[in-house]
Amino acid sequence: MSRQSLAKAHQKIQELSWEPQYHEPYMKYGTDYTFRKAAKKDPLKQVLRSYFPMQEEKDHRVYGASDGAIRGNMFRQVQERWLEWQKLFLSIIPLPEVSAARSMPMLFHVVPNPELHNGQAIQMIDEVRHSTIQQNLKRLYMNNYIDPAGFNNSLRNFHSDYCGTIGRQFAEGFITGDAITAASIYLTIVAETAFTNTLFVAMPAEAAANGDYLLPTVFHSVQSDESRHISNGYATLLMALSDEDNRQLLERDLRYAWWNNHRVVDAAIGTFIEYGTKDRRKDRESYAEMWRRWIYDDYYRAYLIPLEKYGLVIPHDLIEESWKQIWEKGYVHEVAQFFATGWLANYWRIDGMTDEDFEWFEYKYPGWYDKYGKWWENYNRLATPNGHNPIVFEDVDYVYPARCWTCMVPCLVREDMVMADVDGVTRTYCHEVCRWTDVEAFRPTYQGRETPNMGRLVGHREWETLYHGWNWADVVSDMGFVRDDGKTMTAQPHLNLDPKKMWTLDHMRRCPPLGSPNVLLNEMDDAGKAAFHADYIRQGPAGRPAPENA
Amino acid sequence: MTTTQRPERSVPKPTFTDAEAGAQEFPDSSASARRYNYYKPAKRKQTHYEDVTVDVQPDPRHYLSQGWIYGFADGSRGYPLTWTKLKAWGVDEPEPERGPGSGGRHVADWPAHGWHEFRDPNEEWEMTFYRYNANVVRQVNQNIENARMSKAFDQWTPNWVQFVERNVGAWMHVEHILGLYVFAACNRSAPTNMHNTAIAVNSMHKIRFAQDLALYNLTLSEEVEGFDGTAHLDAWNNDAAWQGVRKVTEALTAVDDDWGEMMFAANVVFEPLIGELFRSQLVMQAAAGNGDFVTPTVMGAAEYDFAQRDLRWTQACFGPLTQDREFADHNKQLMQGWLSHWVPQALEAARALQPIWSLPDAKPPRFEDSLDRAKNRFAGIVSDLGLEAPKELNL
Repeated sequence: MSRQSLAKAHQKIQELSWEPQYHEPYMKYGTDYTFRKAAKKDPLKQVLRSYFPMQEEKDHRVYGASDGAIRGNMFRQVQERWLEWQKLFLSIIPLPEVSAARSMPMLFHVVPNPELHNGQAIQMIDEVRHSTIQQNLKRLYMNNYIDPAGFNNSLRNFHSDYCGTIGRQFAEGFITGDAITAASIYLTIVAETAFTNTLFVAMPAEAAANGDYLLPTVFHSVQSDESRHISNGYATLLMALSDEDNRQLLERDLRYAWWNNHRVVDAAIGTFIEYGTKDRRKDRESYAEMWRRWIYDDYYRAYLIPLEKYGLVIPHDLIEESWKQIWEKGYVHEVAQFFATGWLANYWRIDGMTDEDFEWFEYKYPGWYDKYGKWWENYNRLATPNGHNPIVFEDVDYVYPARCWTCMVPCLVREDMVMADVDGVTRTYCHEVCRWTDVEAFRPTYQGRETPNMGRLVGHREWETLYHGWNWADVVSDMGFVRDDGKTMTAQPHLNLDPKKMWTLDHMRRCPPLGSPNVLLNEMDDAGKAAFHADYIRQGPAGRPAPENA
Repeated sequence: MTTTQRPERSVPKPTFTDAEAGAQEFPDSSASARRYNYYKPAKRKQTHYEDVTVDVQPDPRHYLSQGWIYGFADGSRGYPLTWTKLKAWGVDEPEPERGPGSGGRHVADWPAHGWHEFRDPNEEWEMTFYRYNANVVRQVNQNIENARMSKAFDQWTPNWVQFVERNVGAWMHVEHILGLYVFAACNRSAPTNMHNTAIAVNSMHKIRFAQDLALYNLTLSEEVEGFDGTAHLDAWNNDAAWQGVRKVTEALTAVDDDWGEMMFAANVVFEPLIGELFRSQLVMQAAAGNGDFVTPTVMGAAEYDFAQRDLRWTQACFGPLTQDREFADHNKQLMQGWLSHWVPQALEAARALQPIWSLPDAKPPRFEDSLDRAKNRFAGIVSDLGLEAPKELNL
């Protein structure tokens, strides 16, 4: 910055604010929110004269560290268990980032405060940065890590894989539907303010503990931008709160956004941190401990609760329920087990858990071994091909779960599963809140109020349904998860790269066909569906079948 | 003095894993597996720009087998190809129909439509645009700072001071509106990540230049006695010479749901006929004669933005559409219509600016000569795109 102070410069650029005189801009995006009493200052106070050199300097540090990592042979110390999960994470995250950039003009159109548009424009630029810098990090991993498979075809795989589409909510949710619901509440108020803490702060710390200091380098640089975006969301939220008509919508959107972020982000990041690490020091924080610190204390108690005095209805019940899901109902463990159950439908290798891991889990989550230990022992037993099928087909006391139609994570906490008939189809939901999201929130009326701008949940939301009845070798081939010898699978349920220990399409060919739980459910009559539900909610934990005599 | 033993710190222990490339041989361990294999490069070799940009925004006609999962209330979803009336080959082909038991139905014949052939010739991604823009603001800052220290502004005539405070000042509004409400506004609209990223980068140039002018104005308020730092607002809001430009600028934000028309009208019509007319043909020509060597360096940065970068991606975007193997005629007709619609408005606005040509003491080239040069430049751009200069150009 030159001699002008930043505040003075920022004040000067407010003279650019535009009030249309001859033509009103085309309003492409809509919202059901109103901003009649809106007046808020641009909280970012950023001018491009200082912004560009600042970002360039941050870039220099990132690229310098990247160069240093390669020269210093970082990959001789990287834990494969960790980097394999990055194949999933880094295939998902560039899309949410660029979607966040794309969402900013939705706010220009609906937030009638030219001063805020400056901050939103800078956020747009930041987000383009994040997307391409993350694609670049993945490229670096692909070039230097022992196993490039999965990195090299990640943007194909992510859209076909049985858990990749779950992550796509964390992108399309920003850019579609009611502009404020999407680009402000879902993106900035909840995703960025709450969950980037675990994404971009907690996870990089775990990366460093696993010998990967490039992820922290890139993502801490990204997070230093996120902290500015939080201010954008806060300013818009205060504007929305100043109009009482918005409060019903704010309550709806906060409930939806909170719950969906919890379902999606905790599923993925929780798994990466707990099951992707080799660092089993007893005093390192578990995901539950991190969540308590970063999300419960820093976000819920320090950020959300103070907003109550402005009239914001906080979803206290859902925040407590999310904590209960993580701490009491084993949500992250159930998700990790599901990811590993379906290793053959993925494009990365999933390492089994060892005695050292078991001990750590038992220490951090008392009772873990009784629930999950036996299954992971079976996972190890069945890891290399030896005349048996992959674990999903073997008798290991695991019932393949139904998908949640809303969040697309399966209904893993079995007791919470609910069903509803929508548009002539019976849908399963992992929790009552996901049913509410689909059946009540994403609708053109909400509690009797017209909500014509609210989005819709659409698409083929159950991966299994697309491949119902297919042979597994054909499924894997169709998705393209095959290595360059034309038969060895990209995914493996272990880290051994000896070709003799790796699963191939030949092993898949002999497996039973893939069955979609939802297709099968919809083939049942009403009595059959009721029995299915009654049985389902008695299953678990760890996917166990319902006890026969209970 | 005693020393106390500190307890051993709990830190992760480095482990030798030998997980670097080439440590073992197995399927996919070869160097040929170390490239993104899900897209076809435009040329023989994949570029760094393509690696970080292509396919990040997915397409149901490619790998998006489960389709878009959120929709707008009207049923549209993702990045609809109908958000411009322009067409690229293949867009009328239906999306693969997917459903129970269909499999992924990935489109093997790729690209499935012509929009995916676009590559930004500037190859912009985060590393390039931060370096470029940081260099620009550094250079602009240094020029202004140097002028301030050498008291260069003292050489300005009173008329030139007024010219800069009102007219150069008024231009910041043009750039700001185009940057935010035309370019940034469209970065959600185009069908591929390559388009939307190029549009976002274009918007940065505009917003940056608007702020460059605003902060330059602030410096002048502090350095030049009598310089009215708010005069630009009066010129922009009330000066008859500027109302035509303002009208067209605002009209560009009001284009009815067509990102293609917005980009085309802004970069093919507005920029050469009004932007370059004012910046290159007036300010850059007049300043030196009036003792001002600073303003041209600020303006010059924006001239480079447009002439060397923004126009390049625009040509690469729209040029192929006039030769599209399926929709060339449709696109030409559409773009000719846009020219007929926007050129008269731009010329009317340009002519309304004429009085400001006579304001400086040392006169720039005649307005008509300046306009002729702008028209020639415009005609060349249009011809390069495979279009004809509209008859309205001669009005």
